[in-house]
Amino acid sequence: MSVTYLEAIREAQAHALRDDPRVFIYGQDVGAFGGAFKATKNLASEFPGRVLDSPISEDAIMGLAVGAAIEGMRPIVEMQFADFSTVGFNQIVNQAATLFWRTNVPCPITVRLPFGGTSGSGPFHSQCMETVYAHYPGLIVLTPATVEDAYSMLLEAVAIDDPVIFCEHKFLYYHLKAERLPSEALPVGKARIAREGRDMTIVAYSAMVHEALEAAKELTPEGWEVEVVDLRSVKPIDTDTVMASVARTGRLLCVGEAWSWGGATAEIIARVVTEGYGLLDAPPQRLNAKDTPVPYHPNLWAAHRPTARAIAAAARKLLRL
Amino acid sequence: MLQTVLEPGTAENAALFRETYLAAYRFMLLARLLDDKFAALWRSGRIHGGVFLGRGQEALSAATGVSLKKGDVFAPLIRDAAGRLAFGETVRDAARTYLGSALGPMRGRDGNVHRGKPREGYLPMISHLGAMISVVNGILLAHRFKKISGTVGVASIGDGATSTGAFHEALNQAAVEKLPLVLVVADNQYAYSTPTARQFACRDLADKAPGYGVEVDSVDGTDLSACLKSIGQAVAHARAGRGPRLVIATLLRLCGHGEHDDAGYIDPQLKTSPIGRDCLKVAEEHLVRQKWADATTLATWRSEVTHEIEEAIAQVQREPAPDPFAEEWRAISSRHLSETHADNEVDPA
Repeated sequence: MSVTYLEAIREAQAHALRDDPRVFIYGQDVGAFGGAFKATKNLASEFPGRVLDSPISEDAIMGLAVGAAIEGMRPIVEMQFADFSTVGFNQIVNQAATLFWRTNVPCPITVRLPFGGTSGSGPFHSQCMETVYAHYPGLIVLTPATVEDAYSMLLEAVAIDDPVIFCEHKFLYYHLKAERLPSEALPVGKARIAREGRDMTIVAYSAMVHEALEAAKELTPEGWEVEVVDLRSVKPIDTDTVMASVARTGRLLCVGEAWSWGGATAEIIARVVTEGYGLLDAPPQRLNAKDTPVPYHPNLWAAHRPTARAIAAAARKLLRL
Repeated sequence: MLQTVLEPGTAENAALFRETYLAAYRFMLLARLLDDKFAALWRSGRIHGGVFLGRGQEALSAATGVSLKKGDVFAPLIRDAAGRLAFGETVRDAARTYLGSALGPMRGRDGNVHRGKPREGYLPMISHLGAMISVVNGILLAHRFKKISGTVGVASIGDGATSTGAFHEALNQAAVEKLPLVLVVADNQYAYSTPTARQFACRDLADKAPGYGVEVDSVDGTDLSACLKSIGQAVAHARAGRGPRLVIATLLRLCGHGEHDDAGYIDPQLKTSPIGRDCLKVAEEHLVRQKWADATTLATWRSEVTHEIEEAIAQVQREPAPDPFAEEWRAISSRHLSETHADNEVDPA
């Protein structure tokens, strides 16, 4: 028996609906159809009246979730694609994210963003929105890279009293598998050492963790031991774990699938440089998607985002510095 | 907070209507004089930021407030001082937000018209006003989940917000979910300086309702009696589970967008037209005509209300301002998930 990343997300929602009567799911096609990716498959029939199809109205979807949260519910919102959340952006960053600060009333909403590139999806079904949301105070941004984290972090997201932007990577939905769902987990806010090493640290999150692990494997025969830190959460960032890793290796490469400008990779480098300059044996580097919309054609797409090969090349360069 | 019952005919209902009218008038007067006080404080430099008055919109606003009761939801617009007071806001809390008292509901973190108590169904607006409508929908849907029946939500917007995508999405959403929403549009002819001719091209804003499958009522926003009836019926309709209703009130904003704005763009012909009447004067004339009050009573009420306002302002002016050094600079409630990285913090010592 095995469970995929997507099934873990479905199971976490079933678990949340079963355990907590305040939980409901709202989004486009999430009801009887079970969601564009089937992340809510059968939930509408298992939990009658609690998994509701919405109109194609991301602004109103988010606004409704804020109202329900004020009234003590725990909405889970599915934005069919992360890209579409821009239509609900105002409600996320100005309504949900400011409510607690302004009024002392918590705003527990989980916003599920199926995000990231898959071949052939093009500019409007591939975007990475995590750094945009992380920029705003009042939001928590989670980026699980494993089946276990998809399950446990989604469950924890629903229990958190604040708006959580839950970035689930579409590329991992089907092919990433685990033996079983976890019974215990690292808490949200803690990074994980996905692979130990002594020569350099690669910090990555979500799908890029797997590309980084591949790159690390590629570098082993060349004699390099590369440490990979899976950030798990883009906001808050577990700066301590990153810093401790850099203290061991002296070299840092940050990898993100999002665009680089003002992004999570820039933030990590800024923190390491400002707090741990002396730990570095070489200038920290970053690798991100190219600064263009996400291309459709597989040839272009594979060159647009960081891949294991590109990460390995960047790592070799950094190891020689 | 009073609930209007407006089936005409019986002496009992006539008496109840009189009582409701008097209560609503009192809130109109309180709001007008409170707004005047805020304007005076702003001119003397005592208020930081903007001041936004409800002059000319008090009848509609008070009618909205008195039509709601505890357990209902109210998302006011910036000219709803009367409705806020009728819904239960104290003069002190209104003043605290304008004067930045640390004891107010917003604790100096937000100001002027951005105030409310969400847990009491009184929503603090964000500036993108159309966005409040779906938040009201969410509270009403939560009531349905919690099997709380008979509650109503009112969102107040102006003619300008009807052009926003949020208005469209939320009204459609309320119709799809058959929520007990009353969406009150104060069509005051201008969104800041933009006249309605540049805002929409339909003959009448009421024409929008059939497209959403919601009922609509149009009302003279300068007439308190008409507003009490229209809003009262819309609220009763929603409370009875008959779905959302749009109410379009026609009136004229008798002031600038804010006190910084001299409103020189307002067409003088509108000021002398029926919609340019001052609703407060219209209500006072009605009170005298009905013999519900005479000039002496009106003067007494005015002096009582003035005294109430002066007392509240004097108290709030003595209250502490927020202290940036005592402030907890944390935007999420989950303390353990706060960012701890602090490279931008400089010790003032």
